[in-house]
Amino acid sequence: MDPHIRFHRVSVHYGEHAALKELSLEVPRRQILGIIGPAKSGKTTLLKCINRTIDFDVGARVTGQILVGGEDVYRMRNVYALRRRVGMVFPLPVGLPLSVYDNVAYAPRSMGIRNRAELDALVEQCLRQAMLWDEVKDRLDLLGTRLSGGQQQRLTLARALSLRPEILCLDEFSIAIDPVTTMKIEDILRELKNQMTIVLVTNLVQQARRLADRTAFMNAGHLVEVDETERLFEHPSNRMTERYVNGDFG
Amino acid sequence: MRKTPDAADDRNAAAHPSGEQLFRPSTYERSKARRQATARWVFLGMTLVLVLPVFAIVGYMVIQAWPVLSFSFLWENPQNRMTAGGVWAPLVGTFCLVFFSLLFAAPIGVLAGIYLNEYARDNWLTRAVNLAVMNLAGVPSIVHGLFGFGAFVLFAGMGKSVLAAACTLAVMTLPVIITSTREALGAVPMAFRQACWNLGASRWHTVRTIVLPNSISGILTGVIFEVSRAAGETAPILFTGAVYYVKVADHGWEAFFPYGPTDRCMALSMHLFTLATQASGVPESLQYGTAVVLMALILAVNGLSIGLRSYLRSRKRW
Repeated sequence: MDPHIRFHRVSVHYGEHAALKELSLEVPRRQILGIIGPAKSGKTTLLKCINRTIDFDVGARVTGQILVGGEDVYRMRNVYALRRRVGMVFPLPVGLPLSVYDNVAYAPRSMGIRNRAELDALVEQCLRQAMLWDEVKDRLDLLGTRLSGGQQQRLTLARALSLRPEILCLDEFSIAIDPVTTMKIEDILRELKNQMTIVLVTNLVQQARRLADRTAFMNAGHLVEVDETERLFEHPSNRMTERYVNGDFG
Repeated sequence: MRKTPDAADDRNAAAHPSGEQLFRPSTYERSKARRQATARWVFLGMTLVLVLPVFAIVGYMVIQAWPVLSFSFLWENPQNRMTAGGVWAPLVGTFCLVFFSLLFAAPIGVLAGIYLNEYARDNWLTRAVNLAVMNLAGVPSIVHGLFGFGAFVLFAGMGKSVLAAACTLAVMTLPVIITSTREALGAVPMAFRQACWNLGASRWHTVRTIVLPNSISGILTGVIFEVSRAAGETAPILFTGAVYYVKVADHGWEAFFPYGPTDRCMALSMHLFTLATQASGVPESLQYGTAVVLMALILAVNGLSIGLRSYLRSRKRW
């Protein structure tokens, strides 16, 4: 089967600094790809390339080819449609200054969904998937910015799911969330895997081990190694990977 | 201050570390507190130095103007070669000028501010525009007046008119509106925009649904400040549209709309200048009365702006 996302010799430069160096990687459909690696290794840059939000980074130059569903993202006419196909969750929680309901309904509404019943059902489903429904179901008109950090992070997740994306990118989603809720969301992610491809960037090596079907190890803009998660953790072919997953390197 | 022999105290403290001994301030802490208090009084003094003249000026003016101050002073026209009557004609003239200048400056300034803050990339064109805006803000108002005379009165062929004067005022106040618009937009966190872009929203959709609703009060505050500035200026309208005297109807709807866009008009600031230096035999109270009306107008507009700002702060959404 052809890969859902394909990076072919992708380099990203910020001025003289290279954030990604000739990186090639394939992400199969309906799997969870874990990406681990030390800080500044280019993980977030990689995610930004998938939905082309890297375009908003001043001075970023992208070379190489990025294919989503076989289409070159830089040849796509409608970049907004691409971004709607890719759900993004970044590490810092951002509740938009709208009500909880409007936060989740923001993207569907901009797509022209006006039917109240349809929106209600969608909002509830997304909030349930993000494990936030029980906490906010009685106060959906509360401002999203008034929620706690962990709740805002789950609100961000609910928002990312609101367009039923085919790809879900999570960048350190669990940083502001307590361990119990994190576990529950991880369960949800295992279910969502049946509907979408998930790219999970994480600093928690064990989280990648628990969730990911395949795991990639990145360092300093290079893809060091990518393999079935079990094999990468048990029998890494690269010395650096071995040290990183064992916690000797950082 | 309580005086005790320090040496004895220290011995006692070593033997019985009671609460009083433990929390007694050291010499260093005491001098720090003294300096703290001095600083506080100095700052308070400076603040009063700032405020007192304002009260002195306003108080003196109101006292001097007291004989003429009444509601009829507002809606009577100047009479007897401006030695009697009220300030209706110049007051309406000022309203006219400010209204038309807003009509030009507000849309251009706000839209330019949105472009510069939300769309413009950091390139030579943007930098040139920023430089131009800053320079425009620093140009003396008399230069604006002469520019307006050349550009609008002569070159554009408007003649001395409300329109030419309003255009000149608009040019003068544009940088203020652009800058305050940019500040209001810049106060909306970047993270909100990024969140929207990640959801596939275009720049305009993001601006319309998230950025503008959360900055519109700030933008309005800036625009209102512009009004008070435009109302107080004399130099820009001196050569472009304001004149010493225009005969204005005393009654009927014509009294409310005495000037067309192509007419010359009176204006409060100009009227004050005329009363003080050009006309003869004007009672002093009439001059002070005009000044009080002008100041009250500007204070009222600024008060509105400050009120709007505090209302906006009270309902900040993040």
